[in-house]
Amino acid sequence: MNFKGKDVVSIRDFSKKEIEHILSVAKTMVPAAKGQEISELMKGKILATLFYEPSTRTNLSFKAAMLRLGGSTLGFTDAKGTSATKGETLADTIRMAEAYSDIVVLRHPQEGSARLAAQFSKQPVINAGDGAGQHPTQTLLDLFTIQDELGSIEGKNIALVGDLRYGRTAHSLAHALAMFDTKLTFVSPRTLKMPGEVIRHLEDEGAEPVISDDLESVIPDSDIIYVTRIQKERFPDPAEYIKVAGSYRLDQDMIKNAKQTMRIMHPLPRVNEIPPEIDATVHSAYFRQAFNGVPVRMALLALVGGVV
Amino acid sequence: MKITPISNGTAIDHIPGGLALKVCRILDIPEAETHSSISIAMYVSSKKMGFKDLVKIEDRELKRKEVDKIALIAPNATIIIIKDTEVTKKMQVSLPKKVMEIVKCSNPNCISNKNEPIVSEFSVENGSEIKLKCVYCERFVEDMMESIVW
Repeated sequence: MNFKGKDVVSIRDFSKKEIEHILSVAKTMVPAAKGQEISELMKGKILATLFYEPSTRTNLSFKAAMLRLGGSTLGFTDAKGTSATKGETLADTIRMAEAYSDIVVLRHPQEGSARLAAQFSKQPVINAGDGAGQHPTQTLLDLFTIQDELGSIEGKNIALVGDLRYGRTAHSLAHALAMFDTKLTFVSPRTLKMPGEVIRHLEDEGAEPVISDDLESVIPDSDIIYVTRIQKERFPDPAEYIKVAGSYRLDQDMIKNAKQTMRIMHPLPRVNEIPPEIDATVHSAYFRQAFNGVPVRMALLALVGGVV
Repeated sequence: MKITPISNGTAIDHIPGGLALKVCRILDIPEAETHSSISIAMYVSSKKMGFKDLVKIEDRELKRKEVDKIALIAPNATIIIIKDTEVTKKMQVSLPKKVMEIVKCSNPNCISNKNEPIVSEFSVENGSEIKLKCVYCERFVEDMMESIVW
C-alpha cells in the first residue's frame, strides 16, 4: 500500500483497508512516540504547520510527531502576523509553504480549505481541521484508541454522546465506524441530534444506528461511550443549556452498571461533561486517547513522506 | 396546443409542471431590449409526466452553460432547436458528473465562496432528486435555485 505523496483531507478519501494499514503503522510508532526508542525516519525533512486558528492538542501532537521522527517543524499558530491579514489568498500561502517544506499541515477556519490547499500544493497536505468540516486525523486517532483499548473495532457497541448536530468529530467518526460494522447509538438532546443526512448516509453504508436521548439506559450495553462537548452558545436560553448539559453529564452512579471493559473517550477539551472523579476509574481512556494523537500522526507523516 | 409555433429558435419541453418561470429566470427572460416572442405553457397534460411546462423562445439558441443550468432543475427536459419552421435538433438535457462554475456553494463559510483563485465545483449524486455535493466543503447544495450563479 503506497501512501507516498497522498493528501489527508477527509476520512472519506480512505478505504477500510487503508485505515487499517495506518492503524497498524501507528502501533509500531508507539515506543518512539513515548521516547523509549529513537527514530530518524524523517531526518532532514521539514513539516510546515500552518495554524490559522488556535489549537492545543492537534498543534502540539503534530510537532511532537515530527520531532519524534527526527524531523523539524516550522510554522505559525495564529493568523495574526501572517500575510493572510494583508489579504494574501490561502492558495498563495500554500504555494510558499510547500516550497519551504516536505509536508504541510493546515488548520483553517473555512470549510474546504484543506481540499483547496491540496490542489495547490505539490507536497502532501494533511488537514488538521477545516472550520466545521473535516478533521481526519482526529478520527484516525479515535479509531486507534478504540482498537488499542478493546483489541478490535469490529462489531463493538459504540455510543456517541452530546452535540451530534454540529460536532464535526462525531460525523466523521460515525462514518468511519460504520465501515467496521459497529453497532452505533446516538445519544443527544433533541435539538442537537445527528443530522438526518448523516444518518441516511450511514444507512446507505449498511449501518443501523439507534437514536436515544437517555444516556443512562445506553451505558450497560456499551463498549465505548464517546462524549463530546455541548457548547453553551448553541442554546439561546442559558437555563435550557444548564438543564440539557446536566442530563448528559457522566457520574460515578451512572457508570456503576457499565461493563468492566467499557471505555469513555472524549476529543477534549472537556468542560464538565466528564467530572474529574471519573478520571481515576478503569473506564477513562481520554488522556491515553490524547496521547494517541502522536503515534497516529507519526504514522501519517511517515506514510505520506514515503519512508515506511 | 394554444401556443404559436416559432419559425426559428428553441423550445424547451418536458419541464416539470410549475417550473417554467424558473427556467425563464435561468435564461434571464424577460431580457431587456429584445422583442423576440416568448411562449410559456404551464400544466399542460402529458402522457409521460402527468403535467408539464413548455417554453418557446424565438430567435435564440441556448448556450451550453444555460442548458446545464436547466438540467439542474429539469433533468428530463428536452431541448428542440427549430430553423425555418423545421425541427433540426432534439436532445434531452444531461448533467455532467462534475458541475463547475454555474452553481455556488450554499455554505457561506466554504472556501469556494472566498477570494481564492478557484471556481466552484460539485459532484453530482443522482437519486430520486439531483443532489450536488461541494468538492471543497463536502456539503450538499440546499436550495438549487438560490445557488445557481446568474
